[in-house]
Amino acid sequence: MTAADVTVPQRITVARALRGRRIDFWGLLFETMLLVALLACLAIIVLLMWEVVNDGSGVYADRGFVLSQWPDQIGATISEVFDFVVDPIGVPGWIFSIAFVLLLPLGIYAAFRKSWKIGLLVVGLLVGALVFAGLIQTSDFLSAPLSRFPERAGIGQAIFGSLVLAAIVILVAMPLGIATAVYLEEYAPENRFTNVVRLNIRNLAGVPSVVYGILGLAVFVQLMGTDIATIPVVGGLLQDIFGESGITGGKTILAGGLTLSVVVLPIVIVTASESIRAVPQALREGGYGVGATKWEVQRTLVLPNAFSGILTGTILSVSRAIGETAPLILVGAFYGTFFTTGSSSFWDKFSTTYTALPQVVYQWAAEPSQEFRISLTAAAIMALLVVTLIANMAAILLRNHFENRW
Amino acid sequence: MSTMTTVPPTPIDLSGSRRRHRRERVVRTFFRVAGLSSLAISIAIVASLVGDSLTFLNNIDLSSLWTEPHRWAPRVGKFDLLTVFMGSLLVTGIAMIVAIPLGLGAAFYLAEYASARVRRILKPVLEVLAGIPSIVLGFFAVAWIGPNIVQNIWTDASAFSIAAAGIGVGFLVTPLVASVSEDSMRAVPTALREASYGMGARKITTVTRVVFPAAISGIVAAIILATARAIGETMVVLLAAGSFAEADYTTSVSNVGLTVTAAMASLATGTDQVAGGGGSGAGQAFNSLFFLGLLLFGVTLVLNVVGDLFVRRIRESY
Repeated sequence: MTAADVTVPQRITVARALRGRRIDFWGLLFETMLLVALLACLAIIVLLMWEVVNDGSGVYADRGFVLSQWPDQIGATISEVFDFVVDPIGVPGWIFSIAFVLLLPLGIYAAFRKSWKIGLLVVGLLVGALVFAGLIQTSDFLSAPLSRFPERAGIGQAIFGSLVLAAIVILVAMPLGIATAVYLEEYAPENRFTNVVRLNIRNLAGVPSVVYGILGLAVFVQLMGTDIATIPVVGGLLQDIFGESGITGGKTILAGGLTLSVVVLPIVIVTASESIRAVPQALREGGYGVGATKWEVQRTLVLPNAFSGILTGTILSVSRAIGETAPLILVGAFYGTFFTTGSSSFWDKFSTTYTALPQVVYQWAAEPSQEFRISLTAAAIMALLVVTLIANMAAILLRNHFENRW
Repeated sequence: MSTMTTVPPTPIDLSGSRRRHRRERVVRTFFRVAGLSSLAISIAIVASLVGDSLTFLNNIDLSSLWTEPHRWAPRVGKFDLLTVFMGSLLVTGIAMIVAIPLGLGAAFYLAEYASARVRRILKPVLEVLAGIPSIVLGFFAVAWIGPNIVQNIWTDASAFSIAAAGIGVGFLVTPLVASVSEDSMRAVPTALREASYGMGARKITTVTRVVFPAAISGIVAAIILATARAIGETMVVLLAAGSFAEADYTTSVSNVGLTVTAAMASLATGTDQVAGGGGSGAGQAFNSLFFLGLLLFGVTLVLNVVGDLFVRRIRESY
């Protein structure tokens, strides 16, 4: 007998004992249940999209951009494009103007830094805005004003309102949020007060948006608007400067945009803080080592390296702002005529009633008539989803692309 | 003596120009002011809620907060809190019954079972669901959940019901439960799993006895945060629960109902600002908005603080 003859059966016994039962029934069942839960989540998305597209696509088939008519329309469309660029009175012209204003700082930055990449990006985004505006121009449903008649009702005013709100959010929440994040991560001393501020921001992120609506109503509509004279000490002076209706003018798009800015501010702060924290300490120390001041380190090292994360947070927050309804209801987004004549002056457009996409969806969904309640609502939701989902996907892809870089 | 002529630079030479210092101070002040803005917002929230709430409480008969029979009808001075809070409780309860199994199941699968490739594709898809505006889920609740789920279970229910709203809110918070708890499961060190396998444990044993207890604080946090979100959700309920300005007390989920948030939104939409019929405090309908807001703020604040404590416990333990 050799040693090998003895060890072989022993090895088999050991292996069999370790292997356990062949089919792990409960394990399989558990795994299947988990898979079912995951698939159910995905099924919800598919069902939701199917329901919306199923109900809403008819409107676009009738009154959307009809592709078969395009060859005849190209000449007219090109002239319209130039019309609305030169004479920004219609909704598409406004869209282009807003895009232009928002991209201007980036364009100046590109020229200043002689960066071809950013310059190309700006030109690309401008062309994109032009195409987007042109698309809206060719679709009756997307450019028509609100109407009592379902066959004539469109969401042009709502798209305009949502874009202006988004622009205000970008202009207010982004600088304020990034500055707060920089302060908390880089400047603030480590003491109890800073911790209180941090805890406070995390809690603000969880406050229901309807509560922010009350804040907007009390602060932006009443205190900074119609009741401006009641501000202690400087109230009378402010009223003399800004007039009877105050800084915001009451229930205007400015008050709505400021309210939405406050809603998304915690999101901007939290995401920007995270990306600033992810910048390695060695980079900062290198900067200080060559004699840079704190602000120079921030400007040249920390912020450029945290840029992608900050951009992600901004995109997510703008997408959230575009879809947010409850605060707008409270601060008086209005279902009604807005921006119909085009003859009113620049400031008149910002000091009258306004509406936004989610507000129109809400109003139409509550209408008794089937056409409004199902078809038009779903069509408006399609427009809303295209914007928010593209923004979300862009943000998520951007984040995944830059994740774990260090 | 001549060797001493090379003087080392003094601190003044090293400190840079005065302009740089001035700019540094300006920037620092700017950042500090921005940092204080969040605190200012919180104070503004509390101030705007408390002031008008006190006006409201001073001007009504306190017994109108608890009427018999229970009914929320601010226009006639019936501010029965039980009605709206029961509505919120029912909607939140149904939402969590839907969201906890779906969200935790998806999180477990993605964190423990799915291959890296599957996770890389499916996690963003789930996050897209998180980005869908709540008004869209409100429409979905009326157009699909009501007729296809609720009316199959309760044949007498209409398309509008507390159940439809609750399921819609549940779908809305599912991605939140999934992503927070998935993060906490992924934060469990691989060494723990390997130790478990090394002891000969099966996959299910490892997941349920090792990973789950290790990630429990993150999972609890996910559930608490989702609950806070569900309580604060407005648009789904406003569209799908079927009640608007007024509602009767109900504990049946197939009935129409009203939640705190939906009551607030419908108070704000205008008609209730007009003082209505009899009863004490009938003219206070609009101010009840602030009182409800204060209560809602208090409830979600407590939930968020507790949830935050749990979130921080995961960070501390590993």
